[in-house]
Amino acid sequence: MDLHTVTEVISPAAPGSWRPGDAWLGGGTALFSEPRPDVRRLLDLPSAGWPSLRVHDDGAVEIAATCTIADLAERLARHGIVRQCCHAFLASFKIWNVATVGGNLCAALPAGPMISLTVALDATLLLLGPDGTQRVVPAADFVTGQGTTLLRDGELLRSIRLPGEALGSRTAYRRGSLHRHGRSAVLVIGRAEPAGGLSLTITAATHRPHVLRFPSSPSATDLAEALAVLSLADYVDDVHGRPLWRQHLTRHYAEQIRAELVE
Amino acid sequence: MEINGETHSGEPRPGQCLRTYLREQGCFGVKKGCDSGDCGACTVHVDGRPVHSCVYPAFRAQGRSVTTIEGLAGDDGLHPVQQSFLDAQGFQCGFCTAGMIMTTAALTPEQREDLPRSLKGNLCRCTGYRAVTDAVRGGPESCAPACPAPGTGRAVGSSLGAPAGPAVVTGTARYTFDIDVPGVLHLKVLRSPHAHARIVAIDASAALAVPGVEAVFTHADVPDVLFSTAQHETESEDPYDTRILDDVVRFIGQRVAAVVASSEAAAEEGCRRLVVTYSLLAAVVDPSSAVTSPPIHGDKSESDGISRASSNVVGELHASIGDVSAGFSAADFVYGATFRTPRVQHASLETHGSVGWLDDDGRLVIRSSTQTPFLTRRLLARLYDLPTDRVRVMAGRVGGGFGGKQEMLTEDLVALAVLRLGRPVRWEYTRTEQFTGATTRHPFVVTATAGARRDGTLTALQLDVLVDTGAYGNHGRSVMFHGCHETLAVYRCANMRTDAMTVYTNTVPAGAFRGYGLGQVTFAVEQVLDEVARGIGMDPVTFRERNVVRPGDDLTAPGEHVDDLGIASYGLDQCLDRIRAAGLTQDDAPDGWLVGEGMAIAMIAAGPPGGHFADATIRTLPDGRYELSVGTAEFGNGSTTVHAQIAADELGTTPDRIVIRQSDTDVVAHDTGAFASTGVVVAGRAVLRAARSLKQSPETGVGRGHFDGTPRSVAFNAQWFRVAIDPDTGELRILRSVHSADAGTVMNPGQLRGQIEGGVAQALGATLSEHVDIDADGRVTTTTFRQYHLPTVADTPFTEVHFADTTDAIGPLGAKSMSESPFNPVSPALGNAIRDATGVRMTELPYTADRIWQALQD
Repeated sequence: MDLHTVTEVISPAAPGSWRPGDAWLGGGTALFSEPRPDVRRLLDLPSAGWPSLRVHDDGAVEIAATCTIADLAERLARHGIVRQCCHAFLASFKIWNVATVGGNLCAALPAGPMISLTVALDATLLLLGPDGTQRVVPAADFVTGQGTTLLRDGELLRSIRLPGEALGSRTAYRRGSLHRHGRSAVLVIGRAEPAGGLSLTITAATHRPHVLRFPSSPSATDLAEALAVLSLADYVDDVHGRPLWRQHLTRHYAEQIRAELVE
Repeated sequence: MEINGETHSGEPRPGQCLRTYLREQGCFGVKKGCDSGDCGACTVHVDGRPVHSCVYPAFRAQGRSVTTIEGLAGDDGLHPVQQSFLDAQGFQCGFCTAGMIMTTAALTPEQREDLPRSLKGNLCRCTGYRAVTDAVRGGPESCAPACPAPGTGRAVGSSLGAPAGPAVVTGTARYTFDIDVPGVLHLKVLRSPHAHARIVAIDASAALAVPGVEAVFTHADVPDVLFSTAQHETESEDPYDTRILDDVVRFIGQRVAAVVASSEAAAEEGCRRLVVTYSLLAAVVDPSSAVTSPPIHGDKSESDGISRASSNVVGELHASIGDVSAGFSAADFVYGATFRTPRVQHASLETHGSVGWLDDDGRLVIRSSTQTPFLTRRLLARLYDLPTDRVRVMAGRVGGGFGGKQEMLTEDLVALAVLRLGRPVRWEYTRTEQFTGATTRHPFVVTATAGARRDGTLTALQLDVLVDTGAYGNHGRSVMFHGCHETLAVYRCANMRTDAMTVYTNTVPAGAFRGYGLGQVTFAVEQVLDEVARGIGMDPVTFRERNVVRPGDDLTAPGEHVDDLGIASYGLDQCLDRIRAAGLTQDDAPDGWLVGEGMAIAMIAAGPPGGHFADATIRTLPDGRYELSVGTAEFGNGSTTVHAQIAADELGTTPDRIVIRQSDTDVVAHDTGAFASTGVVVAGRAVLRAARSLKQSPETGVGRGHFDGTPRSVAFNAQWFRVAIDPDTGELRILRSVHSADAGTVMNPGQLRGQIEGGVAQALGATLSEHVDIDADGRVTTTTFRQYHLPTVADTPFTEVHFADTTDAIGPLGAKSMSESPFNPVSPALGNAIRDATGVRMTELPYTADRIWQALQD
C-alpha cells in the first residue's frame, strides 16, 4: 500500500544513514503491507548491490540480507530443508521474487520461515551498527519475541552465514497449519549432528525460536522431558492456532522427527 | 519506467507502491484488492517476473520494464491465457481475473502441475476456483456433466459466456474507480476508538492547517436525519437509527469525522490531526446481556422502527403453530443443542467506495460499488432534500457483493462533500475498513430442539434464536425473520415454536449476507434433525423424505408471513435422490483417519416478501441490434448474461445483438436492486415482458416490461460431504462434495454451475476458516486477509453439481432463484459429516483443525 508519510528514499543506504523515522527497506513486501504512519524515509538496501549469495571454501554459505527468497530457493535448491522452508512461506512465489531473507528475519514473526531455517542450521548473523561496528550473533538469539529482535536503533542486518557442516547434515521437517498452504502454526526441524546427537528447532508455535540440543540420541522420554520446559504460555495464541493444539502438534511432530532421525 | 512498451517519465512518489503508480498512468486493469500482498489482484510483471504491485516500491521499477494486463495481448489478439479464461469463463465478478491471468501467464510447467501451491497468492471470492483452474489448464474440459453444447438454437439453456467476458480478461472492464475524474478530491474518515461515547468536542484547526486539506465535516455539518444504511424496497423495513455523522459513537470503527483533501496523504494526515474529546458511555459487547444493559439507542423509540429501544431489542418473534410440548411428549426421541455462528466478512475483492461529482446540469452524480443504485438514489435525495431527478446513482461493474453492498456506507458522505464543495470527491474503503467499518454476517446463537417418532414422523420443532445486529439495526430484523422462516417451512410439522430476538450491541454492525439468516438457522436445524434421525435409527435422507413439504403443501412457519409464497415447482425429491446416490460411492482415506458422511437441505424463497420491483426497456437499434436497459447491477451474479439470453430468444436474434445498459438510475424508472436472488426471477421477468411487448408491437421500436416480484416460488438445495479427519492433528479433508439444486429451468448451465460452486466454496470458508473476531472492548482484531483466511485453491474441493429437472409455474421461462441458496446447507452438512466420523457434535463455527482436535480431546 502507499506509505503516505514517506517523503524521501535514500538509495543506496549505508549503515550511518539511519535517523529516527527511518525504515530499512529490503524487498518492501513486509514494509508496504501495513500502514506505517511513523515512517518518514526509506533506506533502500538492495541498491547497495551486495552479492546475494556466496559459497565459501569450507562449504559455508554467506547470504546477503538482501538476497531474495527466489534466489535462495534457486541457488540452494539441492538442500531439501531450504526448499521446505521456502515453501513454508504463506506468501506465494511472486512474493519470493521480491521479499528478502533478511527482511523475513527482521520482521521477527513466529511463522517467519527464514528464522526457522537459519536457527535450525546454526546460522550466525552479521549486524552493522550506525558507526560501522560489527557484531556477530547466533540466529537462535536474534529473534527475542513476536516482532522484536536484538537489533538496536540504526543497526542493520548485513548477512547470514550458514555453516557448511550444518547445511550438509541430515534434517527432518514437519509443519502444521490450520490450512493446507496457510500460515505455519507449528514448524519443527530436526537436525542430526554428524558426531551423533540431535538438535530440534521449534518455531511458529512459540513466541520466539527454541532450540533443544541433545548430545546423544534422545529417547522418547528424553524428548518429552526436554519439551516440557516449554509451558503453555510459551506458545502463540492467535487466529492461526490455539496454544494447546500448537503444543500438542509440537510434541507430536518432535517425536516423529526423533523417530525419523534417531531410529 | 517502461509500461507495456511505452516509456513513462512521471516520477513516482517516495512511498508510493507500484500499483498506485500504474493506475495513475491509466492501467486500471491493475486492481487494488487487499493492498497487502495477499490477494494477487494487482499482479504485474517487472522485467518478466510476476510481482504483487501493491507491495512493490514504485521507485524501484524505474528503469525497468513493466507489463500489465493491458499489455499482455499481442498484435494477433488475446494472449492464450486470456483466451482460455474467456473460453472456460474462469471468472464471475472479474475483479481478481487480471491478476489470475498475469500469474498464470508466468507459471512454469512445473508450477502448473501444483496449482494449489502456485495459486496460493491469488484469491477469488466468487468462483470456488473450479472454473479458474479449468482456465489455467487451458479450457473448460471438466465442464462436461453440467453443460450442454453451446450455440445450438435457443440462447436460454445454453452456457453462453458473460457479455463482459472480453473486457474482463483484457483488464478493460470498468469497476467503480476505473475512471479518470479530473480534479477529484479524496475523502478519509476518522473512526471511533471507543465502543460507546458521546462526542464532546472536535477541534479541526490542526487538520485544516494541513496543506491540501479542503474541508472537515463533523456531526455539526450534516442534516439531522435518521435512516438505515440497509436498502430495501420498503424503507421502513429497517430501523431509523443511523445519522450521516452522529454525536454519539456506538462501536469502535464508527465514523467520527470526514476530511477532504487534494490527496489521500493529506486527508489521512488531516484525520490524524483531528482532536476529539469523548465522554465515555457504558458499552455492551456480549449479546446475551444486551437486554439488561443500558440502552444503545435510548434516544429512539418504536416509532423509529425499534421494538424495545430501552432493552436494546430491535425486533422479536414469539409464535407457535400447534403445541410443541405435546409434540415433544409424543416423540420417541428428542434432541436439542445450542449452535453458534461467528461474524463473517463478505470479502468482496473490490472494497466499498464511491466517487461523486456534479454534472454539467449541476445534478449530483454518484458512481458507487453498490447492489442498489435506485434505492441509494432515493435515500440520498431524502437525506439532502433533493428531488430524485436531481440525483443520479450508477454502478460500473461491481467487484463482488454477496449482500455487503445492499447498504449505503460511503455514498452519503461523498454526496455531502460534493454538494458542499462543488468538486468531485472519491472515497475508497481500505481493506481494514472492510473489517472494522463495513458490515458482517449476523452472528447467531440458535438453540434448536426437535422430536420424532420411531416411524420417522417429526412431532415438534422449536427454535430459540438470538441475533446480534451490532450497533445499528440494518437488516437486523429481516435477517431474523427470514432466517426463522424457510428453515422451518421446508418441514411438515404440526407443532413448531419460534422465540427469536435481534439485539443491539456496541460492535461493528452486521448486515445483509448471502443467505440472509437462513444459513445460520439451517446450521442448527439440520444438525439437530441429523441427530434425531440417528436417535430413531433412520438414515438422514429417508428422514427428510418423510418430513419435507411436497407440492400442494402450505409453506408455514411460526409468525405472520406474506401469503404470496408457494411451491410452483418441486425438485427437492430429485435433490434427495442425488444425495442418496452420493452415499453409494467409495473413497480412500489415509490409514488411521476417521471417515464420515453428512448431508443437509435448504429451501429459499425466490425473492423477498413485500415487493421487489424491476423495469426493463428494449429499443430497436438501426443496425439490427437491440438496446436493453435494465436497472440490475452486475457483480458476477450473471444476471446480465441471462437477460441477454431471454431477450435474444424472444426477439428471435442472438445474444451478441443485445446491447445492455444497466445499473444506472438514468436508464429505467426503477429497480429495487440486485439482492435477494432476484436477478433472474424479478429483473429477468421484466426483461421477458419488455421483449414480448416489443415483439407484439415492433412498429413502436420500443418494448417495456415491469415486474413487482409477486407471487413467489421456492428453490431447493442439498449438500453432501464425505470427510476424513486425522485424529492426531485435527486436520479435515473433504473426500467428496456433492451438491444438488432445484433452480427450475436452468437458464445457463455453465453459469449456474459456477454460481453453485462459488456458493459452496464461500460457505466452506465460513465453515472451515473464517471468523471476524472482536475483543472484550468490542474492537475487531481480524483486520487483514492474513488474519482472516479466505479459501484458496488448496482449500477448495471439487464439488459435483447436479440440477433437478423442473419447470417453475411462476418464474420467467420456468426459472427459479439460486445465487444465495447454495451457501445454506453447506455448514450443517459438514457438521453432520464430522459427527458421523468422530462421534462428536461440533456446535460452533468454524471447524478449524485446532478446534476439531480439541473437540476430540474433550
